[in-house]
Amino acid sequence: MVDIYQANVQALKNIQTAQPVIKGIGKALEVVPGMRKNLFLHAGPPITWDRMSGPLRGAVIGGVLYEGLAKTATEAEIFAASGALSYEPWHEHSGVGPMAGICTPRMPVWIVENKVMGNRTYCTLNEGLGKVLRFGAFSQEVIDRLRWMEMVLAPLLKEVVQLKGDINLKSIIAQALMMGDEVHNRNRAATSLFFREIAPVILDTHFTDAQKKRVLEFINGNDHFFLNLSMPAAKAILQSAEWVEGSSIVTTMTRNGTDFGIRIAGLKDRWFTGPAQMIKGLYFPGFSDADANPDIGDSAITETAGLGGFSMAAAPAIVKFVGGAVQDAMNYTQKMYEITDAESQSFQIPTMDFRGSPTGINILKVCELGILPQINTGIAHKDAGMGQVGAGLVNPPMKCFEDALEAFVAKYCTND
Amino acid sequence: MNNLLKLFQSNISVINVGLPSFADDLKKQGVPVVTLDWRPPAGGNTKLLGLLDKVKRHQAKLGY
Amino acid sequence: MLITSEVKKLPGVENVVVGMGTDYNLDSLKRLHLFQPEMSKATPSDLMLCVQAKDEKIADELLKTAEKMLTAKKSKTGRGEESKPHTLEKAFQGAPESNVVLISVPGAFDAREAEFALRHDKHVMMFSDNVSIEEELHLKELACKKGLLLMGPDCGTAIINNVPLAFANQVRRGPIGLVAASGTGLQEVTSIIHTLGSGISQAIGVGGRDLSEKVGGLMTILAVKALAHDDATKVLVLISKPPAETTLMKLYKELQNVKKPVVIYFIGADPRVIETEGHTAAANLEDAAIKACKLADVKKAGPLMPAKEIDGLAKKHSVKGKYLRALYSGGTLCDEAQRLLLSPLKEIHSNTPIKGARELKDVYQSKGHVILDLGDDLFTRGKAHPMIDPSYRQERLIQECSDPDTGLIILDVVLGYGSHLDMAGAMCEAIRQAGAKGKRRPVIAATICGTAEDLQGYEKQKQTLEEAGVVVFPSNVSLVKFVQATLTREAKK
Repeated sequence: MVDIYQANVQALKNIQTAQPVIKGIGKALEVVPGMRKNLFLHAGPPITWDRMSGPLRGAVIGGVLYEGLAKTATEAEIFAASGALSYEPWHEHSGVGPMAGICTPRMPVWIVENKVMGNRTYCTLNEGLGKVLRFGAFSQEVIDRLRWMEMVLAPLLKEVVQLKGDINLKSIIAQALMMGDEVHNRNRAATSLFFREIAPVILDTHFTDAQKKRVLEFINGNDHFFLNLSMPAAKAILQSAEWVEGSSIVTTMTRNGTDFGIRIAGLKDRWFTGPAQMIKGLYFPGFSDADANPDIGDSAITETAGLGGFSMAAAPAIVKFVGGAVQDAMNYTQKMYEITDAESQSFQIPTMDFRGSPTGINILKVCELGILPQINTGIAHKDAGMGQVGAGLVNPPMKCFEDALEAFVAKYCTND
Repeated sequence: MNNLLKLFQSNISVINVGLPSFADDLKKQGVPVVTLDWRPPAGGNTKLLGLLDKVKRHQAKLGY
Repeated sequence: MLITSEVKKLPGVENVVVGMGTDYNLDSLKRLHLFQPEMSKATPSDLMLCVQAKDEKIADELLKTAEKMLTAKKSKTGRGEESKPHTLEKAFQGAPESNVVLISVPGAFDAREAEFALRHDKHVMMFSDNVSIEEELHLKELACKKGLLLMGPDCGTAIINNVPLAFANQVRRGPIGLVAASGTGLQEVTSIIHTLGSGISQAIGVGGRDLSEKVGGLMTILAVKALAHDDATKVLVLISKPPAETTLMKLYKELQNVKKPVVIYFIGADPRVIETEGHTAAANLEDAAIKACKLADVKKAGPLMPAKEIDGLAKKHSVKGKYLRALYSGGTLCDEAQRLLLSPLKEIHSNTPIKGARELKDVYQSKGHVILDLGDDLFTRGKAHPMIDPSYRQERLIQECSDPDTGLIILDVVLGYGSHLDMAGAMCEAIRQAGAKGKRRPVIAATICGTAEDLQGYEKQKQTLEEAGVVVFPSNVSLVKFVQATLTREAKK
């Protein structure tokens, strides 16, 4: 008979002690477990082409063009729908991707490792803002940029890591939280800290001055560059609790633009899904909720790890993007303490007297209290390639947690 | 009984679960009181409550 | 973005863009046909304010408003407010010094919260009554194992360390400790003890079923043990309906270890058995208070109103109609009235009849002598308790006034925390309305249950009643003696 409370203590212990670091960069086909030709990885729980929303389809089309599997967008769409391509969740391959999260075999990916337990996670590099693949854009500009990233950015940064050695992500995230970031919707401080760390090393690499300059400008011009590092760091932290027998801690929260999916530490490989919700927030000039896509992306892995919406109190400036007053940001974090088992020993929130961020979402508490995890995220345009149209607040559907609880009780508490 | 005798020597500090008027009266007297923003557990969903109670009973067998 | 959403709400707006001069935003302006050539000079550090409206005048005003919003100083407080904890677990973390949990949520959930609190070493008071007796036993066993209070279920009154909890009166501290299975009974006795000049160490409610056979007096016994060892308590008082036989045996056995004097009021029980055990038996609630005071520090304690004065008032107020209509908000006071009047009035009806009284067939229509407990479930469907919500009692009072058979109406006005802030005023309002109908008015009398320290203002409540012609008494017993005197006087005529 499994001791559920003890299992959760063990899961939390693994989570608290995890030490995610950047180990390097590799080609997806070579380093991502289970990656193969004609497999595209995507954000969220499993989904088929016919159910994909606009941004996800657009990203697939872009991926097909980038891989050279078709010459025009029309051909690419036919190819994507043909069954020639497989689509599998990033999460089932030890990785994460923001928004559409599409990763194709030749894409370069960050390699992040939890030094304590040795588990590795992966994520593509962030392309920047505006018309980018992750929002479903697939114009020549997008493809060209992806190629530059593959040919110059990734190899350069790979050499940076080789020269510098492991880069501690936990430490950057902890510092960023002290500087007003929550590393999901606000990454400016984290990106700045990362930039500081690698800038001198960039100069030492075997690339031309022009290439080095472009890389520096590329990172500098994108406040969210660090998001593609905070996400695999969070994934590495949570993966350390997979799959602790008897634990009711949530290790995955993610969306594909159509469905929201969660996974539980004690229920190996099982997805519990419900409809992805519409985000409530503020829109960029000229857009409204008529333009919005449902919730999408693996970036909710940050909330799952106690960052993002859970650490909103560390990033009060976020209310300027998602709406509300500063006290609301504090209240959201306060509320999250009720559904988590512990307070982070590493990620502290200055405005709460340096209290550790709410860590270890427990489905027992979510169900008992009827309090859903709070996610704070970007809003994608529902049409492929239009980009981000706003930012706001959203929750998973309760159904995910109810189904998970039912499965959990069936596995551990029946035949008592 | 010792816990009760201890109470008689302590300052009363109340957690109020339910009617806010009880807390208001205590505040009038200067008694420290915290009111819960209480809501029915599991949103009143009996199926969920049943599942949660199964977990509690399971753990009770282990001595919790 | 915040400004944009605010300005969009203003009248006359066709479109508005507020943002920094980034390429992205400039593209948006182009897409919305708001772009002007000068804008290409804008840099990402420039803030752009663009409004599109029906005419130039409106556009200008909108621009001014948007500018004002941008430059307005925000107040410190903002829209959010401090969040309260959702669970006991969080509440305990936030307030680790807390020692009492007062629970008044629907019965189905009361028990769960109570168990959680007890497991975390907190004393508990449970207000709701919708808890099974098995659940009550389970909770009290847990509580007793840890030496914790579980006051309830169905406990509405307690005074711990001179702090009134839920429905309770402001009394002074003193040497008398009480354990009661009754709310208004406890309120009446503690109030009279205060008025007589003594004081309360602790007043512990144990809930109506504690002394049943199943529960076995668990909480009563724990409380008695503690008060026996409490240096501040010199005299104990027990108030309850007659306990089940097996429980009574346990209780007497426990009382043998108590070296302090014990006053016992088991409503309707034979006083001789109590005296045989060596304890002091009380005849009614007022008597319990008097006897306790005498044993404590007020040797000359006696009835709050001398018999002579009650008789004088009975002479003064002759009753014309045949019957008594008693409208009680306190259940124990209703029971006490029935007990004392059963013999003199011979036939009484009630919605909660004691042994020997009759059940009123239609509780909404009085026939004969009627003594009602308006706090009973039947009357409180969808309403708050009559101690808080006077509306039904007002209605019923007017109804009784229009009944030519009504000779005398009596009621209890319970003061203290939790109760209505001006019950006297509410009752007088009903009396005025009844009087406006021009009917002959029955004699109306009331007892005030409370102390001079209560927040409603004892004297003010008394004055309000007297100005409306109500005869006011300081205890239920004196009120009931008045009833007996007037009605038997009438009967004799």
